[in-house]
Amino acid sequence: MSNPYQSVGSVSTVAASISDADAAGDLGPSGGSDGPRMSVAQVTMRLMGYVRPHVGLLVFSFVAAAISVVLQLYVPILIGQGIDLIIGAGRVDFAALSPLLQRLALIIVGAAAFQWVQGYCTNRLSFETVRDLRVEANDKISRMPLSFIDAHPHGDLMSRVVNDVDQVGDGLLQGLTQLFTGVVTIVGTLVFMLTISVPVAVVVVLVTPLSVVVAMAIARLSNHSFAAQQRIQGRLGGYIEEMVGNQKLVDAFAHGDEAQEGFDGINAELYTAGERAQFLSSLSNPGTRFVNNVIYAVVAVIGCVCVITGVPATLTVGEVQTFLSYANQYTKPFNEITSVITQIQTAWASARRIFALLDAEEERADAGDAIVLADPAGDVELEHVDFSYVPERPLLRDICIHARPGMRFALVGPTGCGKTTLINLLLRFYDVDKGVIRLDGNDTQQLARASLRRSFGMVLQDSWLFEGSVHDNIAYGKPDATREEVIAAAERAHAHSFIRALPQGYDTVIPEDGGTLSQGQRQLLCIARVMLTDPAILLLDEATSSIDTRTELQVQAAFDELMAGRTSFVVAHRLSTIRSADCILMMRDGQIIERGTHDELLAAGGAYAELYNSQFAE
Amino acid sequence: MLKLLRRFMGAYTRDWVIGPASKLLEVLFDLLTPLVIARMIDESVATHDVGGALRYGALLLAMAVVGLGFTLICQKMAALASQGMGTDIRHALFRHINALSHAELDRFGTPSLITRITNDVNQVQLAIALGIRQLIRWPFLAIGSMVAALVIDWQLGLIFLVSTPLIGAVFWFVMSRCVPYFKSMQAKLDRIGLICREGLSGVRVIRAFVREDHERVRFHQAAHEQADTAIAAGKLSSVLNPATFLIMNLGVCAILWAGGVRVNVGGLTQGEVMAFVNYMTQTLLSIVYVANLVVVFTKASASAARINEVLACEPSVVDAPDAWDGSDLAAHEDVPALTMRNAAFAYPNASARVIDGATLELMPGQTLGIIGGTGSGKSTLVSLIPRLYDVCAGVVEVFGRDVRAWQLRALRRVVGIVPQSASLISGTIRSNLCWRKRGASDAELWSALEAAQAAEFVRKLPDGLDATVEAGGKNFSGGQRQRLTIARALMGDPLILILDDSASALDFKTDAALRHAIQSRARASREAGATPLTTVIVSQRVSSVRDADAICVMRRGHVVGLGTHDELLAGCEVYREICLSQLRAEELGLAQEGEPAAAAAAARVAAGSEGGAR
Repeated sequence: MSNPYQSVGSVSTVAASISDADAAGDLGPSGGSDGPRMSVAQVTMRLMGYVRPHVGLLVFSFVAAAISVVLQLYVPILIGQGIDLIIGAGRVDFAALSPLLQRLALIIVGAAAFQWVQGYCTNRLSFETVRDLRVEANDKISRMPLSFIDAHPHGDLMSRVVNDVDQVGDGLLQGLTQLFTGVVTIVGTLVFMLTISVPVAVVVVLVTPLSVVVAMAIARLSNHSFAAQQRIQGRLGGYIEEMVGNQKLVDAFAHGDEAQEGFDGINAELYTAGERAQFLSSLSNPGTRFVNNVIYAVVAVIGCVCVITGVPATLTVGEVQTFLSYANQYTKPFNEITSVITQIQTAWASARRIFALLDAEEERADAGDAIVLADPAGDVELEHVDFSYVPERPLLRDICIHARPGMRFALVGPTGCGKTTLINLLLRFYDVDKGVIRLDGNDTQQLARASLRRSFGMVLQDSWLFEGSVHDNIAYGKPDATREEVIAAAERAHAHSFIRALPQGYDTVIPEDGGTLSQGQRQLLCIARVMLTDPAILLLDEATSSIDTRTELQVQAAFDELMAGRTSFVVAHRLSTIRSADCILMMRDGQIIERGTHDELLAAGGAYAELYNSQFAE
Repeated sequence: MLKLLRRFMGAYTRDWVIGPASKLLEVLFDLLTPLVIARMIDESVATHDVGGALRYGALLLAMAVVGLGFTLICQKMAALASQGMGTDIRHALFRHINALSHAELDRFGTPSLITRITNDVNQVQLAIALGIRQLIRWPFLAIGSMVAALVIDWQLGLIFLVSTPLIGAVFWFVMSRCVPYFKSMQAKLDRIGLICREGLSGVRVIRAFVREDHERVRFHQAAHEQADTAIAAGKLSSVLNPATFLIMNLGVCAILWAGGVRVNVGGLTQGEVMAFVNYMTQTLLSIVYVANLVVVFTKASASAARINEVLACEPSVVDAPDAWDGSDLAAHEDVPALTMRNAAFAYPNASARVIDGATLELMPGQTLGIIGGTGSGKSTLVSLIPRLYDVCAGVVEVFGRDVRAWQLRALRRVVGIVPQSASLISGTIRSNLCWRKRGASDAELWSALEAAQAAEFVRKLPDGLDATVEAGGKNFSGGQRQRLTIARALMGDPLILILDDSASALDFKTDAALRHAIQSRARASREAGATPLTTVIVSQRVSSVRDADAICVMRRGHVVGLGTHDELLAGCEVYREICLSQLRAEELGLAQEGEPAAAAAAARVAAGSEGGAR
C-alpha cells in the first residue's frame, strides 16, 4: 500500500538564480567541474560512506520492511481461510474461526507496527544523511579558492547544496527502500501464490506484465509530448518573465497590444501541446486499471472453474478470494518500481554533481611555518607583478607599487583595466602569476592568510550585508565588540544618525536584500564595520554613481576619517577623491601608465589630464 | 475558486457535463464488480455451473471494456476543459496585467504577478483536470462502497459506517498536524538557501574578515534545525500508512466474524462476505485519493484567490470618455510643451506626499534639468508627464492639455521616456528600437542611434541592427544598454524626451556628446518648421544639467529651486551643496579658504545631519 504522504516531501523552491561571476566573469567555462563521470556503482559506494554512521537505521529499515511486507502478504491468505470457514447457513466453523481471527488481528497489528518502524527509520536515515552531505558540501565551498567561486554561477553551486542534496535524500535513500519493498512484495506474492496453486499463480504471473507494458507504452507516448509541453512552457515563462518584468516599460511605451499578440501566440501553442500531453498522461491510470480489471476477471473465472471442477487445480472459495487480492496488488509494485527507478536516476545525477563539487581542488592550505603578523605597519610593496585569470589573456603586467605606511593611493582608469583585480591579489583571493607582493617586507605567500587578511580593511562597491541585526553586521569583523564600540564606530562612519532613526535602532534586522536601506546607507554600515576592526591597510572601491548626493558626502567624509593614518588603496571614480591622493595610479590595459599627484599629472598633460578635462569638455 | 470557474467555465460546459457523467458510469461498474463476483461464487460455484462462471467472467470483461471507453471520454474532456480554461485564464490575466497602471504594478510587485500568471494558473489548471477526472470517482467510490455494503446487509454495513469515517479521521488528524511542520521545514530550507547564497555573494567580505568558521557554524546549525524538523514531521507522517492499514484490516476481521454469524443464520451468503471484504479494500483506496484531492484543491483555491485578486484590480489610469488623440497638435505650437501647477503625488495608502506643490513651465524646444539626491522625487516627478501615475492634486499639462484629457496611447507617443533602469527585451536591436514605431526604416533607426551615440558600436557588431539582444540586454555593457534605450525613446519622433538618470553609465565625454546631438535634433526640426524636441534631463551630475534652460532642484518632494545654473548657484543652498560635492570651488567661481572643497562640504553636511537627527 503506497500513499502519497509517506515521504515528507522536501520541496525546495530555491530558484537556481543565475548570478554572474563578479570580477572574474571572463574566466570562461566552468573548468570541468563535473569531473570524470563516476559509475553508478562508484556513486552508490561513496554514498554508502555517508550512510555508514547511520548504518543501524539502514539495517533496521530493511529488516522492518521485509517483515512488514511478508506479514502484509500473509493477511489475504488468512482472510481466504476465514472465508472458507463460512460456507453457508449452519455451516460456519466458529471453533476454528475464532482463533484464526485472533491470529489475523495479531498479524495485522504486527504488519502495521513494522511498517511504522520502517517509515520512521527511512525518514531519519534520509534526513540525517542529507544533513551531513549538505554540511560537507557547504564546508567544501568555504575552502574553495575564489577563482572557483567566481567561475561558477552561484545559483549552480547553491542548487548543489540545496536541491541536489535533497534529490539524493528523496531518490536514493527513500527510493532504495521503496525499491527493496517492491521487490520483496513481488517475490513474496509469487511465493505465496505458488504455495496455494501453481497453475493459477502461473496465469497471474503471465498476464500481469501486460499492465507494466501498457503503463510503459503510455509513459513513452506521454513523455514525448510532455517534453514538448515543457519546452513551450519554458518559452512562455521566459516571455512572461520579460514582459511582466518590464511591465512599466510596456505601459510607458503603450506596447501592450504587441506584447499581448506575442503572448497569445505562445499561449495557443501551449494549449495544443498541453492538451495532448495531459490527455496522453491521463491514460496511464485507466489503462493499468483496465488491465487489472481484465486480470481480475480472468482470475475469478479460472478460480471458479478450479473450485467447481478441480481442474487444473483444486481451490477453495477462500483461496479464490486470496488470489483476487493478490491479483489486485501484484501489478502495483511493478509500476512503483518503474517510477522509483527514474527517481533514482535523477538522484544519481544529483549525487554526481555533489561529488564533483566535493572532489574539486581546494585552496592550498597555509604552510605550517606561515608567518603571523602581530601588528602590521602597513608597508605594501608590489614587485613586477603579473596576473591573468585565463592564461591566454594577460591582465596585469609588471605592476610595481610601493606604499609606505599611511600613504594614500588612487587607482584610476576605465572599466576592466585591472583595478579590482589588484584588490583580489592584495588579499590573496587570487595568487600572482609572477612577481612578489610584500607586506611589511614579508612575501604574502609566506603569511598565514588569516593574518594577511586581518591587516586589511575592505569596502566594496556593492555593500555586502547579511541577514541579521545592524549591530551584528557592524560587529562582523569583531564579534565580541560591545554596543559602545559598535556605536563609536558607527558615529565615526557617519552612520549613527540614520541607524538611530531605524525602528529598532541597532537591533533592527536587515533583510537579505538590504530592505529599505539606500545604497549609500549600506555602504556606511560597511565602513563602520571596517572602522571597528581598525586595520592597517584599506582597500576601498568607490561607488560609480546613483548615490544620493548628500549621503555621498557622508560616505566621503567617512572614507576620509577611515583613511586617516592608514595605508589606503581607493578604486576611485570621483575626481574629488582622486585629488586628495598622495599618488594617483592611472591604469590602462593592466598596466600603470602614469603615476604621480594630481597636480603633477595634470601638468604632464597625459591620459590623466585628458580624463580630468573631459569632465568639463563641452 | 468557484468564482474563477464560473467566469471561465462557459465555453466548456459540454466537457464539464460529459466528463464527470462518463466517469460516473465507470465508477458504477467498479462498484458492481464485487457483486458480480459474489453472484459468481454463490450461483455458479454452488450449482457447479462452469458455463455460468464463464458468463459472469464475460460480463466482468465487458464491464471493463465499457468502463475503459467511458473513462477515455472523461479524460479527453478533462484535458480539453482544463487546458482550454488554463489558456483562457492566462490570456485574460496577461491582458489585464497589460492594462494595469504603475500604481497597481507597484502594489502587486513583478515577481508576484509572474507567479500568478505561471504557477497559480497551472495549479488551477491541474485542479480542473483532477476535478473532472477524479472528483466524481473517488468520493463516489468511497460512499458507493459504503452504500452497497449497507444495501447487501445493513447490520454488517454498520462496520463500514465505523471504519470509513475512522480512516477519514486519521487522515485529517495526521495531515492537519503535518501542515505546520511542512511550513516550518520549508522556511528552514529557505534559510539554508539564504545562508548558502550569502556565503557565496559575500565570499570576499567573509574571507577578508576571516569569518569562514563563523559562517560554517551558522550553516551547520541551520542544516541541523532543518533535519530535526524534517525528522519530527516524518515521525508523524509515517503513522499514516500503518494506521490506515490497521483500521481497514481490523474492519475485515470484524466482517469475517460478524459475517460468520450472519451466514450461520442464513442471513448472508459466502459470496456476499467476499463482496464485503472487497468493498473494504476499495474504500481505503478511495480515501487515499480523496485526501490527495483535498490537498490539490486547497492549493488551487489559494491560487484562484490570487488570480482573482489581479483580475478584480481596476487600473487607475484610464482614458477619459472623450479623450483627445492629439491629432491637431500642430496648432498648439505656441503653448508650453510642459506645465505643472501645484502638482502633488502620494502613493496609494500613504499619507505623505512624495511630490508636493511642483510648479514649472517649459516651452517647446527648451531643456529642463532636474537634480536632487536619491529619494528626492525626481523620477516620480517626471513619471507624471506621460501619466504613468496620476497626480493627487494640481495639474500636469502637455501642450496645454491636462494629461488626463489625452488618450494614453497618444500621450505616450508624444512623450518618449528613457527609464532609469536600462532594460532591453530579448530579440534584436531592431526589435527593441521598433517599440515606439513598428516597421521603422533603417534610416530612421540609424538616425536615432546616431543621436544616442550608439551608432558606432552597433555598426561594429557583425549583425548590425539585427544583432541579438539577450534578455535584459545582458550581452551589452551598462553604457551600451543606456544608449540603446535612449535610441529607443527617440524613435517615432517624440515631442518631449525624458532622460531619467539614463546617462549615468556614460563617461562625461559621451554624455556631453549625447546632449549635444539631442540639441541639434531639436534645432533641425525647428528649422524644418516642425515642433522642436523638448527635453527633460534627470541627473545627479551637475555637468549634465548645468547648461539646461532651466534647472529644477528637488529635495524631499519639493521643488526648492528653479532657474539657470548661475541663478541657482547664487540663490539656492541645496544646489550649491550639490555642486560643491562634484566640482571644485574655483571651477564654480566661488571663494573658498584654500581647503579642499569636498571635505569642507562633507564636514558641513555631516554636522548638519547630526544636528538634524531626531
